[in-house]
Amino acid sequence: MLVAFAILTDGLVYAAYLFLVAVGLTLIFGVMKILNVTHGSFYAFGAYGGAWAAGVYFSRRLPEAAGILFMVLVAMGIGILLGAILERGVLRLVYGRDEVIVVLVTYAVFLILEDVIVLIWGAGSYGAYQPLVAAGNVDVGRLILSNYDIGLVVFAAALAAGVWWALKYTRYGRLLNVVIFDRETAAAFGINVTLVYTVTFIIGAMLGALGGAMMAPKISVTLGIGVEVIVLAFAVVAIGGMGSIEGALVGALIVGIARAAAVHLAPQIELFVIYGVMALVLIFRPYGLFTRAQPRKI
Amino acid sequence: MRWRSTLLGGIAFLVAATAPWFAPNWFVSLMTIAFANALVVLGLVIMWRAGLVSFGQALYYCVGAYTVALLGRWAGITEVFVTVLLGGLAAGLVAWVLGFLLARYREIFFAMLSLAFSMILYGVLVKTERLGSTDGFSVINPTFLGYAPHSQMLLISLYWLVLAICATSALLVGAYFRSVAGALAVPIRDNEIRVEFLGVSVNRLIHIKLVIAGVLGGFGGALAALTIGHVDPNMAYWTTSGGFVFVTVLAGAGSVAAAFVGSLVFEIVRSFAFAILPGFWQLILGSVLLLTILFLPEGLGSIVKRLRRRRETAAP
Amino acid sequence: MTAILSVRDLEKTFGSVVAARDITLDVPPDQTVGIIGANGAGKTTFVNMITGHLRPSKGAISFEGQDITGRPSREITRLGISRSFQIAQIFPSLTVFENMSAATAIARAPVGFFGYATAPVESPQTVAEADAAIELFRITRYRDALASTLPQGVRKLLDIAMAVAGSPRVLLLDEPTSGISIEEKFDLMDVVMSALKSRRITVLFVEHDMEIVERFADRVLAFSDGTVIADGPPAAALADARVQELISGTKRAAAAQAPAHA
Repeated sequence: MLVAFAILTDGLVYAAYLFLVAVGLTLIFGVMKILNVTHGSFYAFGAYGGAWAAGVYFSRRLPEAAGILFMVLVAMGIGILLGAILERGVLRLVYGRDEVIVVLVTYAVFLILEDVIVLIWGAGSYGAYQPLVAAGNVDVGRLILSNYDIGLVVFAAALAAGVWWALKYTRYGRLLNVVIFDRETAAAFGINVTLVYTVTFIIGAMLGALGGAMMAPKISVTLGIGVEVIVLAFAVVAIGGMGSIEGALVGALIVGIARAAAVHLAPQIELFVIYGVMALVLIFRPYGLFTRAQPRKI
Repeated sequence: MRWRSTLLGGIAFLVAATAPWFAPNWFVSLMTIAFANALVVLGLVIMWRAGLVSFGQALYYCVGAYTVALLGRWAGITEVFVTVLLGGLAAGLVAWVLGFLLARYREIFFAMLSLAFSMILYGVLVKTERLGSTDGFSVINPTFLGYAPHSQMLLISLYWLVLAICATSALLVGAYFRSVAGALAVPIRDNEIRVEFLGVSVNRLIHIKLVIAGVLGGFGGALAALTIGHVDPNMAYWTTSGGFVFVTVLAGAGSVAAAFVGSLVFEIVRSFAFAILPGFWQLILGSVLLLTILFLPEGLGSIVKRLRRRRETAAP
Repeated sequence: MTAILSVRDLEKTFGSVVAARDITLDVPPDQTVGIIGANGAGKTTFVNMITGHLRPSKGAISFEGQDITGRPSREITRLGISRSFQIAQIFPSLTVFENMSAATAIARAPVGFFGYATAPVESPQTVAEADAAIELFRITRYRDALASTLPQGVRKLLDIAMAVAGSPRVLLLDEPTSGISIEEKFDLMDVVMSALKSRRITVLFVEHDMEIVERFADRVLAFSDGTVIADGPPAAALADARVQELISGTKRAAAAQAPAHA
């Protein structure tokens, strides 16, 4: 019983992490049909930026609660900047080319940014544990839960709700839905698709960086976190259906709980259970859980 | 036309075979790795022509590598003609089994599913103590029909073995491209439904392409394992797959030769970048990839094509 | 005379939508059948079921006495039924010649991977056959042009030429003149029909232009609401009251635009 509860809580926390990491990726794919490998860089930049911000903030005697806010704002700023530079500077040049080619372009940029990170922050590792410590723990029965973890889960849920609401009820969100459905139709309706692309990419980048900053207190911010994260994000997005926010949420939950179960019950399969689930889902639902295949008309 | 390129290929192969006499050891070693990797790239070229990009070829590379390593370590088999062959066959078997599923997918979904399978292998290897987990383990020196070379002779023997397998593969794949099965790759990429309506089972053709690419990947991995002398789970990691795709883009999928030339160029660039600017080699690689995609969309091979066309139109 | 193509109680439903129902007919060899009907009347569904693109929900299709219901399109093509498409299905990155030789090479190669792997794609025979087909359909001047650059009429002719590469005994043409200007429709059909006549093929073609149907068909099948409402020689079928009701708008409009054709 305790194990089941532990699996549930661990699973939810991991799911929150996965959702934060995957939501920006699925948004960019849904709108622009681009599988953005650079998303790993956004995450990494967000983590490094957040760690730097934590260092700057917590060394002064400022109210702790606002510390995480500062980290988040710094990360979002980095995400916006990076997203804008990339979209206008590089992506714009390859729109309209084969999907896979665009993926390779984002992979190339990812490689470049990996070294840029070293140039900026060096090869060492950073911690941003202050918010984690400041938040403290809470006892639930025989389990000790970190308040920061609880906050993460709440934040992820709020973000999911917020993005879903924005897509359904705001003007921009509805514009996005049209573009997601069909780019040409949207353009025919007078929607400035180029602008939508730029704004969406920037938002996706911002969400990626945000994910990085929120996770920074829980991990060791060092080389290679982008590399790990990107495949995880891919797996979640593939399971949920590319372009589907609900899908990213459900995918994150499935993978999060499956992984937590593996960690507690069969640790040997922990690493590959994620890709196993992905392979399994793709076998039965090749386009993910929440998207439908488009049959070709002849 | 065909005879000319076969002749050129033959000459290039002979020149390459003489390398140990005038090139330094480190360069021979570099070429060995480059040509072993070129086999994996050749497999990717076969699939690329049909419109499929696999982000998981490292799976077959790793299967080939570990087969060789395990045959030596657990069964004491070091005979290179046996181990390399079994490495290729094991990878081919995996490709055949997975192909039943993979052959039904296209585009991004194919790429992602192939990625998933390679990461599954990675996960299994990392968590398996008996297989050395993240450290991997070393590969016992191979024997060539009983002959057990060391140091420089081992290097040269491996080099010639790799060259021989590459030459054979190049000839076979070249012939394949001239057959209906190989030539149908472009029509399949252009309009798969039309090919079905002409009477061909596209999924079956693609399934077989996957197996061929898997076998080539297995040979590449087996030879790489012998050359490096070590195997580890990283050989199945997505960045390894990414490297192979990188070379395919760099080389262009236009010809068999492109796989070998592209691999060699890549290996040279990587070694130099690593040696001269070790902190920036990813930046250099990424930039090269980006520039190639932007300005040379059909890879280096397109330069050769352009030169050839210019020569043809110039000649009366 | 035994029918080359027989259909019994054919039906196709998509969920709650009945796209085709109660279709029963026999087609004797060498007949030319025109299939008419409004959009959504079931014509293309009918063609798709015969050629294996759709599996019938009910009913049976037989070809030369053999049951072919539900078989995949590649098998049906190999058996001898071929089709062209409303939107010409060609290979845009290849030249007309390469398109055609792909079709002839496939037709010549023994079926199965071993057959395909050992059959050369540009043997003298496939080249000769491809050039002959290009000649037959009068598109020789486009031989080395990229298929993506072709005008609509040439694309349609290439599409049909490729469908004929495997020497089918039954050919279904799905709107062969769609997208072609009114002045060129008759010329295109003239080229197509004379090319096909020289090879003794049973032809079924879907058409919206009644004058083309009158001119080229031996028999007319009129579809409405998923089923055949008239079946007979053009004069009789087109004079049928229900068919008149359906096409009256079309006929009047066509007569107003097109100059009279002899």
